[in-house]
Parts: sequence; structure tokens; C-alpha cells
Amino acid sequence: MTKRPIDEITGTETTGHEWDGIRELDTPMPRWWLITFYLTIAWSIVYCVLYPAIPLINTNTQGTLGYSSRGELTKSLEKAREAQTGLREKIKSSSLAAIIADPQLFSFAKAGGKAAFKVNCVQCHGSGAEGSVGNPNLNDDDWLWGGKLEDIHLTIKHGARYEQDDDTRLSDMPAFGKDELLDKTQIEQVADYVLSLSKGSADASSSGAKIFAEQCASCHGETGAGDRSVGAPALNDQIWLYGGDKKTVIESIHNSRKAVMPAWAHRLDVETIKQLAIYVHSLGGGEK
Amino acid sequence: MNHSTIEKNGSILLVLSLLVVTIGGIVEIAPLFYLENTIEKVKGMRPYSPLELMGQNIYKREGCALCHSQMIRPFKDEVERYGHYSLAAESMYDFPFLWGSKRTGPDLARVGGRYSDEWHREHLKAPRNLVPESVMPGYPFLMQPLKVHDIKAHLKANKFLGVPYTKEQIDNAAVDLVSQANPDSDGAEDVEARYPKAVVRDFDGKPETLTEMDALIAYLQVLGTLVDFSTYDAKANLR
Repeated sequence: MTKRPIDEITGTETTGHEWDGIRELDTPMPRWWLITFYLTIAWSIVYCVLYPAIPLINTNTQGTLGYSSRGELTKSLEKAREAQTGLREKIKSSSLAAIIADPQLFSFAKAGGKAAFKVNCVQCHGSGAEGSVGNPNLNDDDWLWGGKLEDIHLTIKHGARYEQDDDTRLSDMPAFGKDELLDKTQIEQVADYVLSLSKGSADASSSGAKIFAEQCASCHGETGAGDRSVGAPALNDQIWLYGGDKKTVIESIHNSRKAVMPAWAHRLDVETIKQLAIYVHSLGGGEK
Repeated sequence: MNHSTIEKNGSILLVLSLLVVTIGGIVEIAPLFYLENTIEKVKGMRPYSPLELMGQNIYKREGCALCHSQMIRPFKDEVERYGHYSLAAESMYDFPFLWGSKRTGPDLARVGGRYSDEWHREHLKAPRNLVPESVMPGYPFLMQPLKVHDIKAHLKANKFLGVPYTKEQIDNAAVDLVSQANPDSDGAEDVEARYPKAVVRDFDGKPETLTEMDALIAYLQVLGTLVDFSTYDAKANLR
């Protein structure tokens, strides 16, 4: 390399390019910058050795650390499981009643159930388990399929009207209007009677009462108290799943209602379902 | 060729820089197509049925992907909330992929089978009836009849892009489209045979008409359900 001229004033080299007597300075990069630059090159080599990096013929270099993001996930899941060992196994092997009796297990189950509820249940039952149209409120003591721990557990496990599960809760109210079991006036009469049941002013001699006794009482009970063994809701209270105005009641009788709850046994493990049952039972409406 | 020649000839500079950039591109992209460990071996993935495909079109049309991702990342909190992390193979028949990059709403990669059709129906019409704190807009107009100009052409276009539709599937597309939303129809069993794990149901609660709601719910109900995880070897697919 030929020696390059030095600029007299700054003392640094020039590039040798000259225009009208003006020469271009070639100021060197700052030292700190250069050092950082060489360090990053050095680090890239270290990185390629430690982590998966260079593509070869069939696979890429795996790196000496054996890192993979999916492997990291497995580790963090295992770590979380480990923190709960003992407790989870105990939940799995104990009966629901035994879990409730043990304060430590009970609070663990409730906390786990609360977390699982937030992930899996709130979309229908609401973040406060308050329910919505067609989705029962879980805070009260009005239960379709029973409010005992075992009942709730079974409902969560097998769902309701969930075709893919053979043990699912099945209630099959006929669509009285759609299937032409009752005509329009009859449906109106029985709707009036159902509404009067809820207000406590039922007239047993009305024509609606007669239809109710023939068509509805076998499931909903003569007094409209409902029957949990077939999932028939009580009609003699003020709690309505779809609404208590006449139009909605007529619609329910005409088309029937076929709300579905998924069976969670296919998605969640045994412990989580137990925890959920205990959490829901503890919300306020749980029965002994 | 020395430095000043290249610098003083624009065309040569352009050609050579393009060459350099191309090498960079090839080195980064090409290995992804031939490396064995970037291609997941999974069982169960199949092309979308005609109805699911139309549902996906509605999903794209309404911009669902702007607020909902379809990409469960391999992190503990995501896996615990949404299920098994997404595999690349699970979006191999999506053109374009709908991974999304923003979650105003929850991830939908495994929403299939998680809710009932009725839930989806009510929720799509008026989200706040079911989830009071939701900010999702309502889509009550989805109850309008599904307009399909030529479903065969849709399947053919996808085949052109690399989706392995068979001749049988393309020829029967129009029948399959209608049959999937009508379990009582003659073609219902054929849909299940042609598209394993396809959900054949009346999705929108109106058996007499095929609506956009039918298509969209059929699509949502199949999301994330196709891969058979009982045969999936997670250890062999670590990356």
C-alpha cells in the first residue's frame, strides 16, 4: 500500500482524492466503535456454536446448549407441575368430599378451579359466574341438574346435550309448536299458566292448567317445581334462563331450547375437573 | 474489475448488488424448503371442506384476523390458556395464513369444539349478550344466505396454490357445500368420507337455508382439531 498523504492541520490521513486543492480526510472510526464491532463478530461465532444456527444438508447445526423454544416450554411446564406435585396427586386420588374436608387441599382446589374457570367457563357463564341468556347463573341455588358436589362434577365431566359424549346430561323437551303437538292458542294458554305459576297466582281450573298437567307436569312436576333428574327447570320461581316475558316463554314452548354444554372430560384432566366442581360448588349455591 | 470501475458504472453496480442480495436471500430462505427438521410430520391435516373454506373467506372478509390471532406460541401461559402450541403444519392449507399479530380478542387457533354452535351464533350476533365486557362488534347480518358464485373455482384456485384437493372433491364441491350444514341430506355421509373429522351439523339453527353463519361456524369448529396429537411426536419436533 502506498503511503497516503497526511493532512497538516488535523494530522490524519487523507484519501488522496483532490478537487480544486481540497483534499478528502479519511478520519479513522472511533476506537470504541471498532472494538464493539469486532466484539459483535466474535459473539456471532460464539452464538453459532452455542445455539442452532447454520443450515447444512439434512438439518442445521444444533448448538452445544441443546436449546429449542419448544424444549424450553416443556421445562417451564414441568417446573410448574413440580411445584404442585403432591397436591395434584392427592386431588386426583381423593374423593370430592375428602378434598373439601382437608383445608389445604380445599384451598388449593378452589384456587386451581378459579383459574380453570377463567380459561374455560367464563365465555358462557360470565367472568363472575353470573350467567347470561341461555347460560345458567352459578352463584344461586337454582340448579338444572343438581347442586351437590357430585352433580356439578358429573355435569362438568360429561356436559349437557353434548353429542360426542355418551354419558352427557340429556333433557329433550319437545318443540310443542314446531312439532305440532299443541296449537297456537294452546301454547298461549299454557304460557299464561306458566307465568302465573311463577307469580304464585296459578289458577288450577284454567285451560292452561289442564294442558300443563297433560303435557308438562311429567317433567316439570305438577306444581312446576321441576325435576333435576331430567334437567327440567323449576317454573314456580322468578328465575328464568331465557327470559320471563310472555313472548320468550311462548318461544321456549314452541321451539324448545337445546342449549349445549361441552363435556370437559375430553379436554381437561381429572384433577382440573374436580377443582372446577369444587370452585363452582363454593360460589354460593352449592348444596350438601 | 477494480473498485472504481464498479463505482463509476451504475448498471454494473446495480447488477452486482442484486447478486449480493440474492445470495443473502437464498442462504436464509432456501434451507427452510429442504431441511428435514423444518418440515413437521403430523397426521390428520386435510384441505378445508367447501363450507369451511367459505367460512374462512368470511373470516377474512370481516377482518377477524385483525383482532384474533391463530398462533399459539410455545409459552407456558399461552399453552395453559389456549392448548397445544400451533404447528406450522396446521396452517399449511391457509392462503394466506391467518396467524395475525394482534390479540384484542383471544387466540382462535384451537377454538374448534370449544363452544357450541348456539354459543357462536348468539355471540356473533351480539357478543355482549354472552360476554358483557367484550368489545367485539356484532355480526347479525351473517344470518343472510351464503352467496357462492362458483365453489368449484374456489377449490381449483386453492389446488393451484398447492392444496391437494382431489378430482372427486372438486367435482362434488357444490353438493358438499350444502350437505355439510344438513345432516339429514343424502350427501352428509359423503362429506364425512371426503373430509375426515368434518363436523356435519346445522350450524345456524335454520336448517332450511345455508347462511354465512353456517359457513363461519363450520370453519371455527374445525380450527385446531385436525392434527392427531396422539401420534404427534413432540420430542422429534423440538425446535
